[in-house]
Amino acid sequence: MVTTHNPPAPRMATAPPGLSRPRRRRPRATAGSGRLAALLISPTLLVLTVVVLYPTIVALKDSLFGTAGIDPKTGFVRDTDPFVGAENYTAIFGDAGARFWNAFWNTTFLTFTTVALETVIGVAMALIMHRAFQGRALVRASILVPWAIPTAVSGLLWRWIFNSDGIANALTGRHVLWTTEGFHAKAAVIIADVWKTAPFIGLLVLAGLQVINKEVYEAARMDGAGPLRQFWNITLPLVKPALLVAVLFRTLDALRMFDLPYILIGAQKTSVETLSMLAQDQAANVRFGPAAAYAVILFLYVFLIALAFVRLLGANVVGDDEAGPKRGRWLPRRRTEVAA
Amino acid sequence: MTLSPALRKWLLYAGVAAVVAYCLAPFYWMLVSSLRRTSDIFDNSPFPTRISFENYLAVLDPSQSFTRALLNSVVVAGITTVLALILATFTAYAMARLEFRLKRLVLTLIIATSMFPVVSIMVPLLKMFVDMGWINTYQAMIVPSMSFTLPLAVWNLTAFFRQMPRELEHAAMVDGCTRGQAFRKVIIPLAAPGMFTTAIITFIAAWNEFLIALSMTNKAEMQTAPVAISKFSGATQFETPFGSQMAAGVLVTIPLVIVVLLFQRRIVAGLTAGAAK
Repeated sequence: MVTTHNPPAPRMATAPPGLSRPRRRRPRATAGSGRLAALLISPTLLVLTVVVLYPTIVALKDSLFGTAGIDPKTGFVRDTDPFVGAENYTAIFGDAGARFWNAFWNTTFLTFTTVALETVIGVAMALIMHRAFQGRALVRASILVPWAIPTAVSGLLWRWIFNSDGIANALTGRHVLWTTEGFHAKAAVIIADVWKTAPFIGLLVLAGLQVINKEVYEAARMDGAGPLRQFWNITLPLVKPALLVAVLFRTLDALRMFDLPYILIGAQKTSVETLSMLAQDQAANVRFGPAAAYAVILFLYVFLIALAFVRLLGANVVGDDEAGPKRGRWLPRRRTEVAA
Repeated sequence: MTLSPALRKWLLYAGVAAVVAYCLAPFYWMLVSSLRRTSDIFDNSPFPTRISFENYLAVLDPSQSFTRALLNSVVVAGITTVLALILATFTAYAMARLEFRLKRLVLTLIIATSMFPVVSIMVPLLKMFVDMGWINTYQAMIVPSMSFTLPLAVWNLTAFFRQMPRELEHAAMVDGCTRGQAFRKVIIPLAAPGMFTTAIITFIAAWNEFLIALSMTNKAEMQTAPVAISKFSGATQFETPFGSQMAAGVLVTIPLVIVVLLFQRRIVAGLTAGAAK
């Protein structure tokens, strides 16, 4: 039986009517009921509330507490952390903040350089794959290999490659101690990260390329546009929605980078310590207050970057076709799928 | 710019070869190194001079408890995947098929949680799990893993459900099925490929998880495989067992690579439809 009436939906429709934008409703025979939707969605929301929302609130609370003495029997902290207010946050601007700012700039630097390189290499890969008809299956299979390799394994693999007697030094004929402190450690992390994730960007951009109508290029060729001009004026604008989503994901993923520098270079290394590594290190040493403060700052940082992508650049991550006209010019009107 | 068709073709072949080499060369190096003898591990020849499985035997030696770590990984990633898939199927169906208020907002919120820095929830959860005595348990790794696997699964499945023609469901309901029956008897069987793909992608994400597994365990027998291999140590602390590390890396990766190669077409469709990690 088709339920076409709209009962007052529990849970889902509790917000005041002003909050929900009036949306164009398409008449559908399956126009469903809010009650069923609430029933189907509430388990997921419940789980996410327990594993994401609640810990976030607890983290906010924890960040206002200091470190209590360590229980000598268990090695874990006692429940009696003293309340210190915003001290964990203000400490960042004091003498003790040097390690935080180092981690902050490391995170920012690594994110910016890796994503920039991955985007360039990924787009180049996508352009090659888009032209390649023979050997496409081979290319597609090989491009999935770096994606499927666990980051922990890729960290080990690159530590072996960057070993002082390893293949990287043998091929370049130099003797760089890649995994020791210094700029070369950053370089090692960047190279390893770009290797693993550039193919992923390539894959998403390829999907964007495959929905571009070939006639556009023919028209451009008639008008005398060269390959470079075609790339800048046709390919890049049309592939922008797919590229934006890919870059957004990579950026947010790079901001929380942990495994790769942790395994490739090591914990507590100034050259590559990221905010995630700093927070984890503090938490592992039962300094939950500062750890929570760093985690909250990282969360806000990620949130602001994501907001900037969606608001300024109009990245559409939900990928539906029901967005209002305000949501930006670069909305994909349909979902893309690799038609290989 | 005019290139002759023959030159164009060769350039394209060179490009394809470059992409394949870029992706596979480091993996190949891991494979080759894992097959070398300890005595010639620093040999940089492209093929092992004498193939040896001694690294694999060393890894699978009971003293390393690596087999236990593999089992832990299978349990944690497996249960996480099953739970995420069950919850996500219902949610994704509602997202793709039902009309309700705030749908876009809810979907955005669910997807936003997958971009959440894992460390932000790991820190408070670690403190809670210490108090609850959950350290070194499977649930301490499974529960936090839901934070990123569940949104990933919802997103992938929503994209798959959206691609399925509504007419099939309509027909079933016209023929007297309830919405629930139509879902069970028509949608689920048809969505099976999509659900399978989502399961693979979710499983790989859970299998590769490192930060949670590292923080929630301090006993070797409860570590997952990625954590265990990161802690491999040699007979003395001055000797890094690169050969064993590479062999362990191959063992952790090979099942994923085989699955990926078998189902590459579907995985690519799933990754690009959900545009997920």
